[in-house]
Amino acid sequence: MSAPVLEDHAAAGVVGTRMLRREDAALLSGEARFVHDVVVPGALHMAVVRSPYAHARIRSVDVSAALGMPGVVAAMTGADLAAEWASPMPCAWPVTADMQSPPHLPVALDEACYVGDAVAVVLAGSQAEAQDAAAAVVVDYEELPAAVDLEDAARDGVLAHLGAPSNRAYTWELAPDPEAVRRAFDDAAVTVKERYRQQRLIPAAMEPRGVCVVPQPFGGEYVVYSSTQIPHILRTMLGLTAGVPEERIRVIAPSVGGGFGSKLDVYAEELLCLALARRLRRPVRWSEERSEAAQATIHGRGQVQEIELAADADGRVQAVRVHLLADMGAYLQLVTPGVPILGAFLYHGTYDVPAYSFTCTGVFTNKTPTDAYRGAGRPEATYAIERAMDALARKLGMDPAELRRRNYIGADKFPYSSVAGLVFDSGEYEAALDEALGLVGYEALRQEQARRRSDGATKLLGVGLSSYVEMCGLAPSRVLASLHYVAGGWETATVRMLPTGKVQVVTGATPHGQGHVTSWSMIVADKLGVPPDDVEVLHSDTGVSPLGLDTYGSRSLSVGGTAIALAADRLVDKARLLAAYRLEAAPEDLELSDGQFAVRGSPSTSIGIGALAFEAFTAHDLPEGMEPNLEASATYDPTNFTFPFGTHIAVVEVDTETGRVDLVRYVGVDDCGNQINPLIVDGQVHGGIAQGVAQALYEEASYDERGNLLTTTFADYLVPAASELPSFTLGRTVTPSPSNPLGVKGVGEAGTIASTPAVVNAVVDALSHLGVEDLEMPVTPERVWRSVGAAAPVPGGAR
Amino acid sequence: MIPASFEYRRAGSVEDALGWLAEDPDSTKLLAGGHSLLPLMKLRLATPGVLVDVGRVPGLSYVRDAGDHVAIGALTRHRDLEISEVARAFVPLLAHVAGQVGDPQVRHRGTIGGSLAHGDPASDLPAAVLALDATMVADGPRGRREIAASDFFRGFLETALEPDEMLTEIRVRKAPSGWAFQKFNRRAQDWAIVGVAAVLDGDPRVALVNMGSTTVRARGTEEALAAGADAAEAADRASEGLEPSSDLHASAEYRRHLATVLVRRALVEAAAARG
Amino acid sequence: MRVTVTVNGTTETHDVETRMLLVHYLREIRGLTGTNIGCDTTSCGACTVLLDGESVKSCTLLAAQADGEEITTIEGMAAPDGTLHPIQEAFHRHHGLQCGFCTPGMVMAVASLLKEHPDPTEVEVREGLEGNLCRCTGYHNIVQAVLAAAHSGELVP
Repeated sequence: MSAPVLEDHAAAGVVGTRMLRREDAALLSGEARFVHDVVVPGALHMAVVRSPYAHARIRSVDVSAALGMPGVVAAMTGADLAAEWASPMPCAWPVTADMQSPPHLPVALDEACYVGDAVAVVLAGSQAEAQDAAAAVVVDYEELPAAVDLEDAARDGVLAHLGAPSNRAYTWELAPDPEAVRRAFDDAAVTVKERYRQQRLIPAAMEPRGVCVVPQPFGGEYVVYSSTQIPHILRTMLGLTAGVPEERIRVIAPSVGGGFGSKLDVYAEELLCLALARRLRRPVRWSEERSEAAQATIHGRGQVQEIELAADADGRVQAVRVHLLADMGAYLQLVTPGVPILGAFLYHGTYDVPAYSFTCTGVFTNKTPTDAYRGAGRPEATYAIERAMDALARKLGMDPAELRRRNYIGADKFPYSSVAGLVFDSGEYEAALDEALGLVGYEALRQEQARRRSDGATKLLGVGLSSYVEMCGLAPSRVLASLHYVAGGWETATVRMLPTGKVQVVTGATPHGQGHVTSWSMIVADKLGVPPDDVEVLHSDTGVSPLGLDTYGSRSLSVGGTAIALAADRLVDKARLLAAYRLEAAPEDLELSDGQFAVRGSPSTSIGIGALAFEAFTAHDLPEGMEPNLEASATYDPTNFTFPFGTHIAVVEVDTETGRVDLVRYVGVDDCGNQINPLIVDGQVHGGIAQGVAQALYEEASYDERGNLLTTTFADYLVPAASELPSFTLGRTVTPSPSNPLGVKGVGEAGTIASTPAVVNAVVDALSHLGVEDLEMPVTPERVWRSVGAAAPVPGGAR
Repeated sequence: MIPASFEYRRAGSVEDALGWLAEDPDSTKLLAGGHSLLPLMKLRLATPGVLVDVGRVPGLSYVRDAGDHVAIGALTRHRDLEISEVARAFVPLLAHVAGQVGDPQVRHRGTIGGSLAHGDPASDLPAAVLALDATMVADGPRGRREIAASDFFRGFLETALEPDEMLTEIRVRKAPSGWAFQKFNRRAQDWAIVGVAAVLDGDPRVALVNMGSTTVRARGTEEALAAGADAAEAADRASEGLEPSSDLHASAEYRRHLATVLVRRALVEAAAARG
Repeated sequence: MRVTVTVNGTTETHDVETRMLLVHYLREIRGLTGTNIGCDTTSCGACTVLLDGESVKSCTLLAAQADGEEITTIEGMAAPDGTLHPIQEAFHRHHGLQCGFCTPGMVMAVASLLKEHPDPTEVEVREGLEGNLCRCTGYHNIVQAVLAAAHSGELVP
């Protein structure tokens, strides 16, 4: 362990302790309100008629039969709604100046571009009536050839949009010194060239999306309830797209049942409910069906990766060269084009690599749009480099742990200026590796593996490593500017004390399962010396928290939490001035401890912060010029990203007869800097691991050659259950971040980033002596069986 | 999704159900536990005009020792069959397989009669009753008749039941030992990609899950066993004459391979259990 | 049609559409929105409630099928004074929930599981929860919570 663990200091306060979550009671008792639970009398239910074709000309849409159905109030086509939109649906990340972005309307006009593209809407008194009527809408389609396969689409064989010049959205390049890369490959003793496919994933938050828009009859305002991660961004974008003045929109994200990036978006249904509520002057709501979620909520990943490593004879990597094709799907959603770019800086992983180049071409296909999904670009990058490092280790005949050890950025090199242009804040990669190897019992596993191989066992053992570093704490606004993102990366907070000494925290971060209320109240409790239960956290409602940039990219603690800490410091500064006035002492002579300001050396001369809050509230006797109330705000724009890291190790058993893979053990050692609440950190890592394992072994959004999505239900899209996963062994090192005053780094995505390559490396490791070098994800039993058969045929039943 | 509208009638007796079925057999469906039918109705893949709920018909939920066989009421829920002392003692394969269907919630509601009458080749219980050479008892307007399991499963979601008949009892000869069940799936809650039910008590019988458009027997394996082949040799003929489908979860070729491996494992396990 | 259902000890009679699913009845007619809907194929278990003490997926039952039956939902688990049920308490203590959407169904599935397996192994817990999906926790802490609840000595069989 490299740095003191915060828990050692727990006696000083609650930060660093495993405090139980304050959110739990409402969620455990069923009292929590998700969008679907919000009761709105008189609301109309919207059902969306969706294209069953991946690509089709819409010849006509006939809603007359639907209009005659029981309970139906309205049925509208794209043309009926065209005048509602001030602009097409937004993409906030034009990564290049020449990026192509086909206009994307909430309801298609004359061309449907993916299965699930909206072609009409129906409004009725109940959800059942709306669904009945939606089935009665008659659409005359002319099916068109569809661009389905990513690589075919990149060759422009079939265009995803009629009349488009090509399927290319953009090509983005990062090549600081192409000549150095060329030289490194020319001079290399060993090279590897690998090709990986990042299958499409369905984010599958357990709560499907939901929207309910309630027009306020006299103010011309709209209250938008949405299951979203981004109420603040959504408000601005809804205003711009639907042509509603932004200040007339109040977005409330009530309890939100998970997001993982899929609710970091502006969706057609949000715009439709708003426009229809405006048009009909009635509340309009929509509840997503799971099969709709598969088609009409963004997908993640969807890339073809080519990565090359050049190494010297000792295995030291001298250059990394990467070419990506990234599947945009049919349209650019909020940050679709930027997702691969978020990984562009990390394809050399945790390794000290002197030469680097990266290019990515974004390609349109006739499939559901892709966008940010847990990790967004960084899991893809980590997968490629960590799989390629194992390939290099095999080529060199070197243990994969040893190869990593030789290549890590040394602890003495931080802050480390990377070849891709980042400054890694802090890290001690070898410590995390050693911790993980120790926890898993690496040497013993290698012996067991060898024993099974020599015994001719049909259940082979595989051990897979993955070391990762990610860039979190999105993001310094100046860096976002250089990447052409149209917003900043700051976060804002207000901390105020109420007359009774209770505290309110207002944050622009938007939790949807992360336990922010607990963590924020811990930070503030320690700053002010009050019990965490006395701290109320207000969030996710633009009516009470008008400013913010919301929750994604492991940013909430390192950016939002820092803003809260800074605001709390400012509040304490003001309280100190008032205390000094009261105690007739110099402010600098006062110490704040357990909520009491006391004169240093004279502890009996003291006043509590709660009493000061009351005095600031009554304002009867304040120092000259001091404003009433104890309240302070801060907006924090990070100076740098944060760089969490770690090493994960997966142990699998592979049945060579059936191809079945069982994940039997899993060790994750993560370093997310200082921890506010290790209980919550553990939970984030657990969930992340499961999602990464799911990509490795279970999940894929599968399409047929005509562009039909085949995995529209949880019966076909295989989200693993408890029965498919083991318990996880976690370890931790603590290397505080120098990038922010809390020394924190973020942990929401770490598990997902680390686990996918660890698991696939483990399966390949189990079979490597048979000649297996790669397995496409998800690593299904059939794929394993085929790879074993291809490498060294096993006689059918004769064993 | 919400099912399309239908008329709901609750039967108080088999006679009620048969009477209503007779009125319009083609658009009337029987609802027992509902765990085969309701999911189809929610996706609007099934839109019956009349739903006859037989779930409360008294006297159809039992597992009874009937001398040389065990009699099981069609409305017996999977969970009740799984923990039935009679089933565990005399038809342990069936008790075991009942405990493998779906997940606990499904097993609390789903019934053996509903599962068999649905005739899904991916279901586990049809293979079990086929391997056990069970007899289905059906009641209808023409009276009661018995149908051998080997004649019962006719095609995809198609059984020997006439649209106006109701499955009321399953009779299974006692087979207390020498059985095995192998189920291969990717998640525990999923349908089997391939499953095998083997009974070596008496003439060897091996039935397969998801190896065709209906539940089938591994005739090649059975013949080989009868001719004295060992488990591996017999297993090599597991998919003889069968045409498993290729779908999202497995190719036909892989299914054939799995059948070979799983049949071999089942035969070895069943033989060991027989002692 | 007319159905009379006892939910969490309270019996009410209502006219409902024949096609109304039990989960919609609980949420819309009885106002008990703690039971969630996460899928449409009986896969995810978010809608799990107890019917006569056994876990069932309320998305795959008609309200009509629950006529005359006794249902327990998540709202019926805590004591009237708000004291959490030992299973709920164990989920809290072991951080067995994050976004909380799967949690009501998970808790009800656990209640049924522990009735059938009062002293479960980890494998029995994992297999017993095969019908409930969670996207946040990776199940690790849920399993810990169930084992702790089982061994707390506070569960009344």
